[in-house]
Amino acid sequence: MKTDTIAAIASAMTNAGIGVIRISGEHAIETADRIFKGKDKKILAEAESHTIHYGAVFDGAEKIDEVIVLLMRGPRSYTREDTVEIDCHGGVYVMKRILETVIRNGARLAEPGEFTKRAFLNGRIDLSQAESVMDLIQSKNEFARKSSLNQLSGAVSSAVKNIRAGLLYEIAFIESALDDPEHISLEGYPQKLKNKIALLSEEIDSLLCGSENGRLLKEGISTVIVGRPNVGKSSLLNALLNEERAIVTDIAGTTRDVLEEQIQLNGICLNITDTAGIHDTDDVVERIGVEKARTCLRKADLVLFVVNASEKLNENDDEILKSLERRHVIVLLNKSDLDTVTTIEDLKERTKESQTFRYLSISAKERSGMSELEEMIRELFFSGQIDLNDEVFITNLRHKAALQEAKQSLQFVLQSIEDGMPEDFYSVDLMNAYEELGKILGEAVEDDLVNEIFRKFCTGK
Amino acid sequence: MFEKKERCSTDKNRLEEHYDIVVVGAGHAGCEAALACARLGLKTIIFTISIDSIAMMPCNPNIGGSSKGHLVREIDALGGEMGKNIDKTFIQSKMLNKSKGPAVHSLRAQADKADYSMEMRRTLQSERNLTIRQAEVSELITEEENEKKKVTGVRTYSGATYHCKAVILCTGTYLRARCLTGEMITYTGPNGLMAATYLTDSLEENGVEIFRFKTGTPARIDKNSIDFSKMQEQKGDEKIVPFSFSTNPEEIQIDQVSCWLTYTNEKTHEIIRNHLDRSPLYAGVIEGTGPRYCPSIEDKVVRFADKDRHQIFIEPEGLHTNEMYVGGMSSSLPEDVQQEMYRTLPGLEHAVIVRNAYAIEYDCINPNQLYATLEFKKIKGLFSGGQFNGSSGYEEAACQGLLAGINAAMSVLGKEQVVLDRSEAYIGVLIDDLVTKETHEPYRMMTSRAEYRLLLRQDNADIRLTKKGYEIGLVSKERYDYVCEKERLIEEEIERVSKVRIGAGKEVQEFLESMGSIPLNTGTSLTELIRRPELSYEVLSAIDKERPNLSYDVAEQVNIRIKYDGYITRQKKQVEHFKKLENKKISEEFNYDDVPSLRMEARQKLKLYRPLSIGQASRISGVSPADISVLLVYMEQKK
Repeated sequence: MKTDTIAAIASAMTNAGIGVIRISGEHAIETADRIFKGKDKKILAEAESHTIHYGAVFDGAEKIDEVIVLLMRGPRSYTREDTVEIDCHGGVYVMKRILETVIRNGARLAEPGEFTKRAFLNGRIDLSQAESVMDLIQSKNEFARKSSLNQLSGAVSSAVKNIRAGLLYEIAFIESALDDPEHISLEGYPQKLKNKIALLSEEIDSLLCGSENGRLLKEGISTVIVGRPNVGKSSLLNALLNEERAIVTDIAGTTRDVLEEQIQLNGICLNITDTAGIHDTDDVVERIGVEKARTCLRKADLVLFVVNASEKLNENDDEILKSLERRHVIVLLNKSDLDTVTTIEDLKERTKESQTFRYLSISAKERSGMSELEEMIRELFFSGQIDLNDEVFITNLRHKAALQEAKQSLQFVLQSIEDGMPEDFYSVDLMNAYEELGKILGEAVEDDLVNEIFRKFCTGK
Repeated sequence: MFEKKERCSTDKNRLEEHYDIVVVGAGHAGCEAALACARLGLKTIIFTISIDSIAMMPCNPNIGGSSKGHLVREIDALGGEMGKNIDKTFIQSKMLNKSKGPAVHSLRAQADKADYSMEMRRTLQSERNLTIRQAEVSELITEEENEKKKVTGVRTYSGATYHCKAVILCTGTYLRARCLTGEMITYTGPNGLMAATYLTDSLEENGVEIFRFKTGTPARIDKNSIDFSKMQEQKGDEKIVPFSFSTNPEEIQIDQVSCWLTYTNEKTHEIIRNHLDRSPLYAGVIEGTGPRYCPSIEDKVVRFADKDRHQIFIEPEGLHTNEMYVGGMSSSLPEDVQQEMYRTLPGLEHAVIVRNAYAIEYDCINPNQLYATLEFKKIKGLFSGGQFNGSSGYEEAACQGLLAGINAAMSVLGKEQVVLDRSEAYIGVLIDDLVTKETHEPYRMMTSRAEYRLLLRQDNADIRLTKKGYEIGLVSKERYDYVCEKERLIEEEIERVSKVRIGAGKEVQEFLESMGSIPLNTGTSLTELIRRPELSYEVLSAIDKERPNLSYDVAEQVNIRIKYDGYITRQKKQVEHFKKLENKKISEEFNYDDVPSLRMEARQKLKLYRPLSIGQASRISGVSPADISVLLVYMEQKK
């Protein structure tokens, strides 16, 4: 059976020792040959099945990483298709780069569960396991869909919606003119469309630009550090930052009062927001900061509540506690290096909610308790088998691929206009761009176009 | 008015007859269905409320138009009648969208309505296996067979029983029809013909889900009362192209009749706005769902309030009548308002109305009860086509009638039924949309609905479908051979053209310059030159010395295939992918409850729609790609 070629990261998305990128399908070997240069200068297409090759992966002229490539021709592979596995040095960044390069060179990103699905459909997996294969496909897709939507930032989603609305309008206009040429004329339209496409392409470009910095997605767990002033929030942040020296990007906060950093703790990606200390204040500027802190608190997936264990709790702590209902909260009793005045029991007595919190004594200053904190976060978010970060990363890549596809389609339209092609050819590529962008929003096309035609244009006998 | 009534006038009538197939309704769907069955050798009877209304055109006086022209060409290639009939009876012809790509060129012809109807009647009458009967079918006779309903005949209002093996329902807009003109309501079908009042109840008793749709038509105006000097004349094409692939173009170059263009204005709109309270649509009297693509003039004025004028086409209804159709101004406003409103248009100041505009409401079915074969999922042997299936338009009706007829015949003959897919024909798109998507209004064909339209052109309908028509048995061997030969000539010529080298000689450069084309730097192939937008296969004959003498239709295909090769190849690739899922069939008995991992919503939808292929399943809203993967895995396991 002929199938298209798919690729994905087959190892865990952590900064582990070795990362594996798997390519499977009719053109797997060809695709790999485009980016892999073997030490022995031989091409994979001519190599024997089940051989190992040493060399490097290139993105154009740039060498990304030294790798070992495993070549398995179908049917002697997991999917029974031609398969290439690229073993690279671990590290999220490298794996990401290699996968992106593979995709640019002819493979498409695998759907969740697709390797297993192919393995099954090609008779590699025992029929008795069909049920678990089906469950796996369904659950992986469901999770991907959810995380895709959850992770999409509001600004990006509304930008994509706008571009799509612009595209749909143009398609509907062309199509109504085709359906009803005696009522709607396309006189002088190509020039207008050209300008419109230039605008839309720019907007896609700026989204793509953002995707390079991972800004399309709220990657990772949105985490907020709260506490009253001077309990050691900033030292905690610094401690976390230094812990792994793994700052991926620093996302500018919306104001100087809220600082956001992206941190990777052994594969767990946290978007950490350090907030102004929450306390009653009459100072106008300070009050804005406190308001912001409260907003962040409401949106966060994870709350790191810092208290000063060397002092007594006060009314400001109480107020913060009240706002932590039904949240994932880790209470950090900081300054464990000093004499302990406040204990876990003290906190548990304050509110009923606090029974469900997790507690940890740390010293941000001494950087003690950091690995315990990491373990705790891991437990909180990864108790299931699902690895959130893999999905988040893949989502980002999917979106990026869709944006690139859409941009390419718009280029085709410009080319068609340039070549003097008739107008009905434009809508083929415009529709393609529209559909690609729809993938980002998880929206099916359905009857959008027909509805738009009737809504916006007066046609008919 | 619509309370349950006796479905039979007498129980003493003992008349009983036996046929293979019963067709109910002799409109555009019914005629195609009946002809197909009779031509496939089955003893067929067609019922009509009035013998004089066979193939009647109660609305617009034309056949074809954007994407509808494609349907007619496809009907013709499959061995249907509509194309031939309009070729015999048209009075004006135009190829629409000529300045655009070949995929959207669309033929439209003005018909002489009376001739169209009479000519079709003649064709029906001369069909050996076909009986025409004027009667109202009032009841469907069914029996249980293996826990599934099966149709065994029909009964007429007069009490006669007609036993048969299959029934095709093509009731158009007649079922419990009512017409509205302002406050006036008549319980009639189109053109004041009798409505069919009884069949709906019988269908409902058999578990058929009924929808109520509405549509409308403009007034007809006396030609002698129109001042054409105030309108723009719309002439037909100089060179007329026939609809049917079997019509010789030379024989139809007739003198044509013109249409006329005028416009509504602010005064028109004001009158309409002032009387909206007397429009049944806006007063809430109309309960049926109307089509958005064919809005009444009151709809246009309300919904597109910013437009200060609308185009109106005045079209002749035929050579024997003084009636002119007012295209673009269908309405359900009362008679007095209609007259006032029409008279605001330039040229219509003294217009005399011959027939009023009206809206019509009628019963039809939710088409998701049908398989893509147009057979009812729950009633074996019962097929349906046309407006009864929730579509609108003569062409949409005719093509469904043809397919319903073919499949009814196939089921009686015990042969495999025919489903055209979305990559094969507009007909395939239309039927797939009807039976797979949710319907909320009468369905009209539109070119944007065909995702592979660059392949589904009107110019290649014969190449796409003649083979199918031949296999079915509706197309002669002779015609099929002609198409095979045509295909061979096209391929041969494309091959030859690719090998013709054009040097940068003086003659060539001068020729290119004269065509406004950039001169050559070095030699190139003829193929490359054909691809230039300002050139074509035809004009390049000047520098193509060895060109064989080929017919126009072969030359046209050569030109299109070379010029748009890039796009065509791209769509062919998409089709390849599409076909993979389309070719994975799902049996009618498939039990979705046996598949453990389907999501609830998907399971319910799949059980309701019962798709015939994985491809069709993937187009049902609410069925996700993951559900499709799950189905694939399940089916693989059961193999």
